[in-house]
Amino acid sequence: MPPNRFNGFCDYGVGIGLRVPHYDHIFAEKPVVDWFEIISENYMIDGGRALYTLDQILDRYRVVQHGVSMYFGSAQPADREHLKRLKALTRRTKTPWLSDHLCWGSVDGRYTHDLLPMPYTFEAVRATASRIREVQDFLEIPIAAENVSSYAEFHQSEMTEWEFLNEVVEAADCGILLDVNNIYVSSQNHGFDPFDYVNNIPAERVAQIHIAGHSKFEKYILDTHDHPVLDPVWRLYARAIERTGPTATLLEWDDNIPSFQEVHTEALKAMQYLDPSFTSNIPGDSVGAPTLEVVQS
Amino acid sequence: MRPLTSDFLMQTTTADGSSTHELAQSYIKPNDRLESFERLEIYNRQYWFRVIGAVAEDYPGLQAVLGDKPFDRLVLEYLKENPSTSFTLRNLGSKLPQWLEGHPEFAPNRHDLILDVARLEWAYVEAFDGGSVPALLGSDFSSLGAESLLFLQPHLQLLSLKYPVDELVLAVHRETSPSDMMSNAVSERKQLHKMRLPKMRRSSVYLAVHRYENSVYYRRIDREAFRLFAALQRGTPLGLALEEAFLESVLSAEDQAATIQQCFAHASELGWFCKQRDE
Repeated sequence: MPPNRFNGFCDYGVGIGLRVPHYDHIFAEKPVVDWFEIISENYMIDGGRALYTLDQILDRYRVVQHGVSMYFGSAQPADREHLKRLKALTRRTKTPWLSDHLCWGSVDGRYTHDLLPMPYTFEAVRATASRIREVQDFLEIPIAAENVSSYAEFHQSEMTEWEFLNEVVEAADCGILLDVNNIYVSSQNHGFDPFDYVNNIPAERVAQIHIAGHSKFEKYILDTHDHPVLDPVWRLYARAIERTGPTATLLEWDDNIPSFQEVHTEALKAMQYLDPSFTSNIPGDSVGAPTLEVVQS
Repeated sequence: MRPLTSDFLMQTTTADGSSTHELAQSYIKPNDRLESFERLEIYNRQYWFRVIGAVAEDYPGLQAVLGDKPFDRLVLEYLKENPSTSFTLRNLGSKLPQWLEGHPEFAPNRHDLILDVARLEWAYVEAFDGGSVPALLGSDFSSLGAESLLFLQPHLQLLSLKYPVDELVLAVHRETSPSDMMSNAVSERKQLHKMRLPKMRRSSVYLAVHRYENSVYYRRIDREAFRLFAALQRGTPLGLALEEAFLESVLSAEDQAATIQQCFAHASELGWFCKQRDE
């Protein structure tokens, strides 16, 4: 895997999210997993079982932190208490890079706990890049900004989403967490070609890739992370890997979570794109089987 | 943010009476399937589902006692007055017990009961992931005097309750599996199954809610022990805390000595006494 400065020159393969329903399996069976992604906010606490469990995971596995509330696009400076807790956690996990979302979600000290889309303006580029630099300087580790899935677009936008992403990461000199499922979801909601997105991002800045499942409704697609990865997303992933080279890849599965084995098997389907010589030795593995999209009412 | 309609849709007027349609059109592009209003509504609905769901996860006992619809009304009113001011959803329900003190209208005949349930459920959250500090060792106690300050574990929560709601909350927790993870995915609210709750009769209960080997326990303690630990928690020197504990007590001097000995033995065994925490 070609490492780069945006992922701490780490040679990581396919990982999955660390989730509570899998703890028993992980501790009992000690499966081989290249790395786990944790949601930082779940461990930015003072004590208790979650931190104890994390320490046990860290004894055996590599962990990368992913955040959901830094809101690089919010107008206010980052919360210092948030940054201090996050930095303490990075010291604990020794995460080689840290990711969060290219979105906003707080205003005047009030938090929405949602990943809200931004107006793609040059003013927003400057403000967002400045905040990413502030976070990166404070944490002293590489930051990767993730593209979000969205359901709305602003009249004020002056560029496409991928142009905005490119402007921000160049100005902030940070990495990209390229979520190909989010690209697909947004492309269907906004009517653009998802391959235009993947073909126009700076491949050399991609630190990590997210894959996930989504749910299709009559008039829009929701990013639900409760399904296997669907075929159009695998096709985008294949194109992304063509451009970036083999890159650390993570399957997100956050709701209706199936067994550890099912999640891990789904994630390892990525290996056929990362390393065509890879053959899975997991029983019941169905690498390459197509997954069809179902419209929900 | 304005709450949803009773059909879980976005309000068609804003707080000042102007049109939400016009407001949405001024910022958000429509597409070939959705109007600006409908696109904004996706976010509006997710906001309320997410925050109500987050509070509900911390208060399954309160939900079981009140029933789903009154509980949802209560949480909605709470959130309208107490929107999130923290980067973490963990703290979203922190002010609910105090807020509920001033809102008897949700269960006028059972206000004290639901208040006790709410206090205990938030104490559980604090005990679950509160800090812990190295416990004092036997040798640390030998130098204690009347002026000494004794510190208690940050995760230890002390409650004086009017109902034995520990029985009720334990019964509810046995039926519900906590989901203590947040993620960035859109998620649905889980509904509680209907369950038979233990009958509650008014009787004073003093509880220490604490964590031991990463599990949270509710330990019933007597009134004197409660007063002693509560005084120590407030930073009262040991001598004065003991005086406070037995003020108005009907226990004989002999029984008081036995109670003190028992208190210290149990608290030491459970590691409640600790070094001063770093600020």
